[in-house]
Amino acid sequence: MADTRRPLSPHLQIYKWQVQMVTSILHRATGIALAVGTLIILWGLLSLAAGEDAFNQFKICTGSPLGMILMIGWTWALFYHLCNGIRHLIQDAGAGYAISQFVRSSWLSIIVSIVLTLLVWAYVLTAGGAA
Amino acid sequence: MSTNAKDLQNPLKRARGLGSAQSGVSHWWTQRVTAAGLVLLGIWFVVLVLGLLHADYAMARAAVAKPWNAVLLVAFLITAFWHAVLGLQVVIEDYVHTRWKEVFLLVAIKFLAVLGALAGALAVLRIALGA
Repeated sequence: MADTRRPLSPHLQIYKWQVQMVTSILHRATGIALAVGTLIILWGLLSLAAGEDAFNQFKICTGSPLGMILMIGWTWALFYHLCNGIRHLIQDAGAGYAISQFVRSSWLSIIVSIVLTLLVWAYVLTAGGAA
Repeated sequence: MSTNAKDLQNPLKRARGLGSAQSGVSHWWTQRVTAAGLVLLGIWFVVLVLGLLHADYAMARAAVAKPWNAVLLVAFLITAFWHAVLGLQVVIEDYVHTRWKEVFLLVAIKFLAVLGALAGALAVLRIALGA
């Protein structure tokens, strides 16, 4: 049996919030969101294979206001997980572990992902009909 | 010395670094390799979708049917679902503490991911082969 009287480490509410905590938590959260969001890609491909009516329905759903909000969220989740994932791969190679680098790369992941999302959606909304 | 079994373990077994279940390194490494693949495939996928903003049904089908696009799409789907299972597995192992729920979820995400990857691959094949 485990000894349940052992001391516990403090939980989230004890710590002062730092950007490295945020990027770590967001990486998990966006990962879960993207796992579910992959089903949207799947839906698009299945409807494309099924026929024009099914595909048009898919386009109507993703182009609706709620659909657009979900797609913008999906785009940011993808870009955030991509940027922070590259950051993690670099860290896995043993680089960027000084505290100042760690903080700077955290902010870089957040800012670049937001900029990429804005760029993509500026392009979508100006260059083409949505979805 | 708490247990004799520990003392009797061959040092070579520990040095190989396979961990207690002997699958930890494989999981870690596969997650990084699929991540590296998804960096490339993810960016390619975003570019493909942005290129199809103006596309009607026939044009979208024709784009997916192109051999390179079809191959990369199937690669993207398989890699994405694989990476998703590895990531969700860790989340479930961290937060689900009732054993039967944990095992159920671990098996369920594998079933769903395999079904998703197969369904997606079949959809791409149907489009690519004109069926």
